Amino acid sequence: MHLLEIENLVVEFETAAGPFRAVDGVSLHVDEGEVLAIVGESGSGKSVSMLAVMGLLPWTAKVSADAMRFAGRDLLSLTASQRRKIIGKDIAMIFQEPVASLNPCFTVGFQIEEVLRVHMGLDGKARRARAIELLNDVGIPDPEQRLGVFPHQMSGGQCQRVMIAIAIACNPKLLIADEPTTALDVTIQKQILDLLMNLQIETGMGMIMITHNMGVVAETADRVVVQYKGRKMEEADVLSLFEAPKHNYTKALLAALPDRATGDRLPTISSIFNEDVDGGAPA
Amino acid sequence: MSEVVLEGRNLVRDYHVGGGLFSSGRVVHAVKNVSFKVEKGKTLAIVGESGCGKSTLARIITMIDAPTSGDLLIDGDKVDIVKDGLTPEMRRKVQIVFQNPYGSLNPRQKIGDVLGEPLLVNTAMPAAERRDRAMQMLLKVGLGPEHFSRYPHMFSGGQRQRIAIARALMLNPRLLVLDEPVSALDLSVQAQVLNLLADLQDEFDLTYVFISHDLSVVRYIADDVMVMYFGEAVEYGSRERVFSDPRHDYTKTLFAATPRADVESIKARLARRAA
Repeated sequence: MHLLEIENLVVEFETAAGPFRAVDGVSLHVDEGEVLAIVGESGSGKSVSMLAVMGLLPWTAKVSADAMRFAGRDLLSLTASQRRKIIGKDIAMIFQEPVASLNPCFTVGFQIEEVLRVHMGLDGKARRARAIELLNDVGIPDPEQRLGVFPHQMSGGQCQRVMIAIAIACNPKLLIADEPTTALDVTIQKQILDLLMNLQIETGMGMIMITHNMGVVAETADRVVVQYKGRKMEEADVLSLFEAPKHNYTKALLAALPDRATGDRLPTISSIFNEDVDGGAPA
Repeated sequence: MSEVVLEGRNLVRDYHVGGGLFSSGRVVHAVKNVSFKVEKGKTLAIVGESGCGKSTLARIITMIDAPTSGDLLIDGDKVDIVKDGLTPEMRRKVQIVFQNPYGSLNPRQKIGDVLGEPLLVNTAMPAAERRDRAMQMLLKVGLGPEHFSRYPHMFSGGQRQRIAIARALMLNPRLLVLDEPVSALDLSVQAQVLNLLADLQDEFDLTYVFISHDLSVVRYIADDVMVMYFGEAVEYGSRERVFSDPRHDYTKTLFAATPRADVESIKARLARRAA
């Protein structure tokens, strides 16, 4: 049994111009202890499909799937309150903009303890002790002092560490990281990725890494799903994807990397990948 | 030796901050003693993380801000905007493209007007000619005549960055400062915009100052590389030299932190992970 299993997920948004299909029949699965990367450009539906798993989409979205199971439980038939017991606890998510996803009105300590109160029912003392432990785990120096700080007093990298602390507070089985390092400098990106990978190995949780950066994929993933315009183009383990991409879109994506440039000009996606010809899933 | 378009000699920029009723002010040294030279038709890349002073340097080069001390020379002439002010002639020589194409275009201006505005402000050109020039430039950056009377929100990120580049080129500048022009764009669009920049450089013999934190892009586009760290230029040299033989510790850290997407590194990582 897979940890998370999605079959034929379709997400549609109601717009003035009729329904818009953001995710079009995506199937994927993650096992415990595995890192799956979902790669795609903006508008490829990579974030939307994971938000559908979390149940965080607005009411204008219509989600349907043949199956969406987490650890054997059917996510589609859950009521909102049943779902709230799972998300944030067994499935946790880290978002792209660390500074924007923390609440500016509350201290960092309060926001970490909030998760522990809601999901674990710990008392005040135990919560505080666990919060200090968590800040220590994510590598924030002087955790006792930092609990009383507001998000704006920390740097972007430290805010992302706090977000990670909140996400791993209840020992989730699955961690979804949605572009966790896009807003950060390369040196900080390296630290955050190292931290995430170490936590993943320590706890053995499953992880989904959503990103558009092929470098991040190469540094983190076991298995990769490539998405384009809401559809899955290719799925492969990380080595075969980089060594011998099968689908033309993946080839084009890799060829557009400036570090692979050989000639005077970069090959563009459209020069390799023709949507009308290659638009469907690989044969 | 070919002609030097831009030269900075010991540029320093200090900012005074704070200094309220109960506290004394503090001086932030944003740029410390930075010198560089860019020849015509070449690209200088400035690399560094946020807060290292690279955007302050861009403001000095584009003559938005005056340096606290040191000399800025454009086409061999010393520029001092504090003493002499800024003439339209000087404004014409240096133009800038900003990072975020969503924020740098006026949402209430049609594209034709966006492109015509630099000419309206800096020249006495009649309206019909401004329109012609704007249309030509629109085609040059790979957009169509049908885009002329559309608004910025009707374009994708890559198209908007093309418009921003077109606007910067309207005055036929000698020097173009590009402040992270592709960091907000997708990989495929990034490749298109980088190609466009290379094409334009060949056609107009433009000189670029390219600010970026992405080393793979820098390696692709730059002739010379300057690495900045806390306001200082810790490394400055030709691209080949900097990439093959980084001397400063910070440059080495930067290279080590950049994710590698080649097959060998992936194999090494998977082996480490399996262990």
